[in-house]
Order: sequence, then C-alpha cells, then structure tokens
Amino acid sequence: MKIKQISVFLENKSGRLAAVTRLLAAHQINIRALSIADTSDFGILRLIVNDPEKAYRALKEGGFTVSLTEVIGVEMPDKPGGLSRVLTCLEEAGINIEYLYAFIGKGDNGAMVIFRVEELDRAIEVLNQAGINVLDGNKIYTM
Amino acid sequence: MYWNQKYECMPREELRQLQLERLKVTVERAFYNVPHYRRAFQELGLEPGDIKSLEDLQKLPFTTKQDLRDNYPYGMFAVPMSEVVRIHSSSGTTGKPTVVGYTRRDIDTWAELMARALVCGGATRNDIIQNAYGYGLFTGGLGIHYGAERIGASVIPISGGNTKRQVMIMKDYCSTMLTCTPSYALHIAEVMEEMGVKKEELKLKYGVFGAEPWSDNMRREIERKLGISAVDIYGLSEVIGPGVAIECQEKNGLHIFEDHFIPEVIDPDTGRVLPPGQVGELVLTSLTKEALPVIRYRTRDITALLEGDCPCGRTHVRMARITGRTDDMLIIRGVNVFPSQIESVLLEMGGTEPHYLLIVDRQGSLDTLEVQVEVSEGLFSDEVRRLEELEGRIRQELESVLGISVKVTLVEPKTIERSEGKAKRVLDKRKI
Repeated sequence: MKIKQISVFLENKSGRLAAVTRLLAAHQINIRALSIADTSDFGILRLIVNDPEKAYRALKEGGFTVSLTEVIGVEMPDKPGGLSRVLTCLEEAGINIEYLYAFIGKGDNGAMVIFRVEELDRAIEVLNQAGINVLDGNKIYTM
Repeated sequence: MYWNQKYECMPREELRQLQLERLKVTVERAFYNVPHYRRAFQELGLEPGDIKSLEDLQKLPFTTKQDLRDNYPYGMFAVPMSEVVRIHSSSGTTGKPTVVGYTRRDIDTWAELMARALVCGGATRNDIIQNAYGYGLFTGGLGIHYGAERIGASVIPISGGNTKRQVMIMKDYCSTMLTCTPSYALHIAEVMEEMGVKKEELKLKYGVFGAEPWSDNMRREIERKLGISAVDIYGLSEVIGPGVAIECQEKNGLHIFEDHFIPEVIDPDTGRVLPPGQVGELVLTSLTKEALPVIRYRTRDITALLEGDCPCGRTHVRMARITGRTDDMLIIRGVNVFPSQIESVLLEMGGTEPHYLLIVDRQGSLDTLEVQVEVSEGLFSDEVRRLEELEGRIRQELESVLGISVKVTLVEPKTIERSEGKAKRVLDKRKI
C-alpha cells in the first residue's frame, strides 16, 4: 500500500529544478505528483514518478543528493469535506502528518493526496478501517 | 620496525652531542659560504665560534621565506653549482618561487629520511607503493620515490591526477601503499565509490599522506573508506622536502628526525621560543644539508612539540599534527580562525564528507563568515525540519569552537571545487 517517493536536495538557485526535470525527461521518466518544500537557502523536491528505482539511480548518477521515502496515497471524494474526513480520522488516531501534497491527476473516485506520516503502517490500517481508500503503489506509478 | 635503528632510537644524550657537532659544521658552512647568513650573523655581532652549546642556537637570527626570495634564485646556496645535482622549486603561487638545491649527498640523505618515513608508515621491500604525489618541481613525488626505492619496495610513479586510472591501477597492479595528499586520498575514495570499486577488491594496506594540514577525523574517514592504516608525513622543500617528520604506527604525533634537524616552536609574533606543549610556529634548523643549509627557518606551520617517550621506541621528539599555517590563519573580527578547526567540527558531526568552503566577507565594517557544507546522502533528510536542525547543530558547534558567529549553508554535492592536489577551502572576499 506504500508508495515510493523520490526526494532531491536542491540549492535555492536558478536552473536547479530545470536540471532535475531535464534529467528525468532524458530517462523517459514521467512525474505523477510533485511538491517543493523550501527555505531561503535550499529546497527539497519530492516526486512521485512512474519508475522510482530508475529515477533514483538516474538522479544519483547525475550527482544529486537523493533519497527514497515511503509515503501513502489517499483517495477521497472531490467535494467539500473530502480531505477533512481523512485528516480527522488521522487526528483521532493520534497520527502526526509530516507533510502532504495533492496529486496532479485524478483517481477513479475523486481527488488524491500524498501523505507522509510518522507511523505509516498504522495510518494505512486506520484509514482502511474507516473505509477510506489507500492506493496501491503500482496503481499510482502506472496511472 | 625501523629503517635505521641506531639513529632513530639513539639515546637522547648521544643525540644531543651529535646535534651540537653537526650544528657547528652547519653554522660554519652557512657563515663562510652564504653572504646572507654572514651579514645576518654580523648584524647581531655573532660568528660561528659563538655556538658552543645547543642552547646557543637561540642567539642566531631567523631565516624566512622572504630571505629565500630576496636571494632568488641561487643566492642561499652554500656550494658551487657544479656540486648541485638537483633543483626543486615552490609553485610561486603566493609570490616569487623559492628555489632549493641538493648535492649528491643531500639526495642520499633525503632518500635515507624518506626510507625511514615509509617504514614508519608500514612499508617493507615487499610493498607496491602507488606514488600519487606530483612529480616535477614539487618535492613530493621524487622525495617519496627515492625513499621507496631505497627500501627496495616497488614504486609506481603515477603522479597526481587522472583519478579513474589511479583506481584502476590500484586494483590491477595490487598496490599496497598509497602516497598522496589527504584530500586527494579522499577524492580517490569518492571516485572509487562512483566506479563501484569496493575497498575489499584492493590490496591496499597503508597510506602516507601529507603536504597539507588534515585532522584525525579525516584520517578515520580515509582509513574507513580505503581500508588502510594512514599516517601523516611532514616536510617542506626549503628544509629538504617530505621526510622531515613522520608519524609512527602509534599515530600520536610526528617524530622529527632530530639527527638531521633541530626543531623549535616559537611565538610567531614575538619570536620567543615556547616550552614543549605550547602551540606556535615551527622553526627548523638543518644539520646535514650541504647545498642549502637553513638556520632557524620559520616554516609558518602551527604545531607544538610533544613531551614524553613514544612506545614505538624512537627517541626523536614528536610534534603535534600541523593545525594550520600562520599565513592560512584567517583573522575574522579579530579572532584567529584556522580552516582545520572547521574541518574538525564537520567531521565530528558525523556523516559529513569534509567538503566545505569558507567564505569570508565584510558587510559595512563587520566581517562575516559563511561555511558552505555539501549535503551527502548520509546527512540528507527529506524533511525540511531535520535539515534545518542539522544546519543549526553545525552552526552552534562552529560558533562554540571559533567564538564568532557563523552562517551555515547546505549546498548540493560536488558544487565545491575539488582539486587533484591541495584543496581550496577559503574564499576571502574582503577588500581591505
């Protein structure tokens, strides 16, 4: 149920993001979702791609500092209260969220959000019990 | 293991007697053959006969790099050029180069000292020594080379550069000892990693590294990555080249070959000789050099002489690792800062590759220090909070060691310039 996310360390200067996307394009890697967390000096680019292992190798060989992190992808109705229900569920279980970001495409039933939480397995369990759809990694990579 | 047990383990009293005899000869040689020394002695009202004990050395004037430059190229030589068989020279990046000469006997002495040094580093006649110090005007390459041949080891005179080939040769030719600058050793280890060559595939056992200051942490890093035992070697062309001092396998200070050199440590500002244990500038007097005797040569290297016997059995005094140079020393807001202090902190933080750049600037009338640190995979986290914590920890540690405020910036790997020889670690943008 977990998704492999690529995280890349980037200096906050022009052209760095372009360099990453160029490299991924050259390796025929498609980006499914992305977010950037930044400070004044540096940023962390987080990516969901169609082939995480290949992207990891390509970026590492390209000289970037890169890591693979496990996250979960949650599907929710694309209407008011959709995200709120998921967050409430995690809050009640006492699971902290490190960060989250929205998926670019749409799932079968509505919106999708990527979550990085402290206790990944328990979060999956809690969400499943609440009848919330946690998406399989392979489904996301090939979507 | 010794190369020359008689001299390396000579009882102190006997050693002092030998030093005095040799000092008298050196002073005479300098006085009668080098106009600079004669003039400098006479200005202080001294002549060779005034040197009656080792303590009298302190009466003699210092010699500086500037003196060598003022007498460029051959003015400090104490023999006619017909006796000189080799000339080496500094790069001259910081001014006019300094030129040094060797008689046949000087070359022989140097080979003897380098043989002792390489044996201290672990070498025997059965070893294959990959010598990645630069060959040419720089003394590193040929200095190591002659010592390696003297002990009967097999020397690969590969010189510096072409790192992929270094790795290939190290693996294929079964090199057992690597000699180069410590920053280049780390660079080789990095390239090895990129090439997918594991240290287990090598026969490498020992390393002798020098020609730039490095730290114990950097030693551990090199030892771990290359799977070797690494020692620090010290020398400078003005005195002879590499082979002035070397660590034994105790790795607790570098033995200075006192049968050939007399070390002193002075306060660089006042010139006063400091007692053992105190940190100051190393001053060396050669005892056997023929072509270019040096008397109280100010090395500009910062160290301290260490008291106490060494378990290895050598009786020669040890000096602490060089922690910087009087001219590398940055004065930032009135505080003395050595790049090696910063390196040491970064390595203590754990996981940090010692790739950093110090950027000194001035905003208004205030000096600023920025330390750029490359983020290795071991340090990286995909959470901003953790990376900011890391920045904060490095900053706090640096500030507590240096006593001035520091800005720490994390940068991408390989963005700080690598060098095949000495590392560039300081960018001083102040226009004073």
